Amino acid sequence: MDKVIIAENLSLSYKEFETIISKATFSIDAGSFVFITGASGSGKSTLIKSFYGAIEPRAGQLMVGGVKINRISTSKLNFLRRHIGIVFQDYKLIKEWTIEKNVMLPLIISGYTKEVSGAQVQRLLSHVKLIHQAGKYPPELSGGEQQRVAVARALAHNPILILADEPTGNLDEYSSQVIWNLLEGANTKLKTTVVVVTHNIPSTITVAYKHYHIEMGNIYEIA
Amino acid sequence: MKSLKNHISLIIALFTVLFSVQIYVAVDRTIVAYEGRLKNDYSIIVVSNKSLTPAEFKAMDPIIERSDAISTDQVLKRLEGEISKKNLDLLKLTLPKFYRIYLSRFPTPYEIEKLQKQLQKHPAIERVEGYAQTHDTVYKLMLLFKDVVQVFSIAIAAVTSLLILKEMRLWQFQHSDRMSIMALFGAPVWLRSAVLFRLAIVDAIIATILLCIAFFVFEQYGWMDLLLRTVGISIDLFHFVNDGVRSLLIALGVSIVLTITIVIGNSEEE
Repeated sequence: MDKVIIAENLSLSYKEFETIISKATFSIDAGSFVFITGASGSGKSTLIKSFYGAIEPRAGQLMVGGVKINRISTSKLNFLRRHIGIVFQDYKLIKEWTIEKNVMLPLIISGYTKEVSGAQVQRLLSHVKLIHQAGKYPPELSGGEQQRVAVARALAHNPILILADEPTGNLDEYSSQVIWNLLEGANTKLKTTVVVVTHNIPSTITVAYKHYHIEMGNIYEIA
Repeated sequence: MKSLKNHISLIIALFTVLFSVQIYVAVDRTIVAYEGRLKNDYSIIVVSNKSLTPAEFKAMDPIIERSDAISTDQVLKRLEGEISKKNLDLLKLTLPKFYRIYLSRFPTPYEIEKLQKQLQKHPAIERVEGYAQTHDTVYKLMLLFKDVVQVFSIAIAAVTSLLILKEMRLWQFQHSDRMSIMALFGAPVWLRSAVLFRLAIVDAIIATILLCIAFFVFEQYGWMDLLLRTVGISIDLFHFVNDGVRSLLIALGVSIVLTITIVIGNSEEE
């Protein structure tokens, strides 16, 4: 099976003497659904940030989608990010853009025509049940609705990998369930690899998944 | 409202740069027109002990456009009753030749000095007289005025460029959220900065239009034109096509260069 993420002796840190992840070796298969759990401050978000190149490995090697993250050039990083969908805990929607344009963002960046991207956005907004809110701006939506927009945006360009950093951290039970359904749907229907960082794995999850746990800078696979 | 305020700040700063440049251009144009007027009035009198042709004069210095011989008949006629015919005939024979020399353009003080020396080198030329004292003083005053305006324009351009740079820094902070989100999805620098460039271009166009309107109003009221006519100068303060295009290019150049500076600074910070 193809590997989407390969880490070999990966060490991550923000400061020189403060190692967050230490010599981690693991891989994530294409088309799999992966949970990464750990206590607050354990390095979950740092690890996911390294997957989209926001943090460079301090030591070891990290390959994402066949691209080596170590000392990656800006153009290569942009190329890699155009094939990844990211869902953030704080949504990271562009406030001055409409919901429709926010979902369209990855398609604009990838250079799709207006017709193609327009149709794709309509389909996704219908799917996340926000088509009636297309012309609104993010601050006009609830947290759960904004996160659905963020998931729709992450799926818009059919990425090979979706990275979700505590996507339901601030949401109520109903909104959380909607988000999990969307991520599961992307994994089962589109065979997209989904990596989710979370405190707790939801009990309602139906897909087969892999579980990694971070503790004291080490990553363990939990059977 | 905040966005409008930002637009106005940049437009005013760009307008100030364009206005100072245009004032400098207008002063320069005034001086060129004045030089043209001076050139027509300006001449040099040459006294020679033998006849010289216009070609000979032209060969002495390329600034010489033409030369006219000054007739001595009128002076001799006046002397007819006062001295004897014999003496008058002798005077006619010994009287030197007088020439008025016209120049192709108004000379600088250095050029006039050089020309006079050049003329005096000729063995036949006995004396060279220039009537430049008054002209020189006015001309030097105008050159001084031009230099002052130039320094003033450069100072204004420098200060307003700093203001524009600061304004764009504010824009960058305002747009930094959007730019960083776009970066997370792999947008190249030019796409992330497209809004900054669009704003800079729109504001440059608006500043140019305002400059055109300002000079149109000046011309409509005509007080500036009247002022120049009183000193015998008639110029266009603002050529709507030439000056308009130049101003637009300057405004676009300034705003785009500063936007690029901001964008490069931003990508280095990343």
